[in-house]
Amino acid sequence: MTRKGRRLVLIGVAGVVLAIAMGLVLSALNDTIVFFTGPTQVVEHPPAPGTRLRLGGLVAEGSVLREGANVRFGVTDGSKAVTVNYTGLLPDLFREKQGVVVEGTLAADGTFKADSVLAKHDESYMPKEVADALKANGTWKGPGS
Amino acid sequence: MIALANPARFSAIAEKILPWLAGATAVLFAIGLWQGFFVAPADYQQGETVRIMFIHVPSAWLSMFGWTMMSIASLGVLVWRHPLADVAAQAAAPLGAAFTLIALVTGSLWGRPMWGTWWVWDARLTSVLVLFLMYLGVMALRAALDEPSRAAKLVAILTLVGFVNIPIVKFSVDWWNTLHQGASVFRVDGPTIHPAILVPLLINALAFTLLFLTLHLLLMRTELMRRRLRGLRLRAAESGA
Repeated sequence: MTRKGRRLVLIGVAGVVLAIAMGLVLSALNDTIVFFTGPTQVVEHPPAPGTRLRLGGLVAEGSVLREGANVRFGVTDGSKAVTVNYTGLLPDLFREKQGVVVEGTLAADGTFKADSVLAKHDESYMPKEVADALKANGTWKGPGS
Repeated sequence: MIALANPARFSAIAEKILPWLAGATAVLFAIGLWQGFFVAPADYQQGETVRIMFIHVPSAWLSMFGWTMMSIASLGVLVWRHPLADVAAQAAAPLGAAFTLIALVTGSLWGRPMWGTWWVWDARLTSVLVLFLMYLGVMALRAALDEPSRAAKLVAILTLVGFVNIPIVKFSVDWWNTLHQGASVFRVDGPTIHPAILVPLLINALAFTLLFLTLHLLLMRTELMRRRLRGLRLRAAESGA
């Protein structure tokens, strides 16, 4: 093998080893890297009361109740739902069937007391007219439907 | 690549290409900005804020492109000992850092009205911040080493090690749940952006890429001159002593 070939193989092997090492580290840290946990996880393995966590999912349809600055809504992943209590301003994108990430603690009664609500934006972009047309002919699948 | 191995020949070719590249960049930017500000419609849920994407997304792509280019150049330094590879790697670092910073700042400006926060420590945002710090790291390492050939080698090794972050940046939104949305353009089932918004985005992406290439060629040429000057000074000092 030429000297260049040897150097290339050496770098290749080092790269593979590094990639495997990085993969192991990331999979070990998986629980810390995820930004939020889903409702199913929270319902089935509830964290200790008072532990701060982020809960992510869709705002359940027809679940939003407003009383002054207080708002109560359900966060669902399609199978389980957690009721969230929050006092404060909501982001502009907040509405039913919209993805949200709430941060706070789980109360003893299984409801979630949030002190921050973030809206999660999905990856679809379209002009308003197109969204209206999709809604009009009934093929709309996005939030707020 | 072999034909370009001669720095003098490379400089001559760069001299000829640069005006054309700069001209094409200016034309594409004019079209891209006009499309982005006046032709592209507002998004149905983001409103006018969607226009930040025309700067944010091309910059974010180039932040990864810059490091990938540096990694290929680093292979050129370590394996083939190509005389221009280190110059190419050195010229790409500040450009990559600048575009990464633009992506971070515009993303933050978008995040405030859309998400309700300037910054979160999710996998995408954090890995891009790491990428920015790594750009600064390779520039600092090069500045800290006096001997050019040693600096070239060490910087190349650091660059290749840092390449491990590029797939993490790209796939962070698929591997973990993040606040940042998933890929909208390069995804298996095709783009999820309506053509009316996608076309201006792609024009801007092309304009940004040409800007990167123009500046890169310019920086490479400048660096070659600086190195030649350094060589001449060294020789003058030796013969004078």
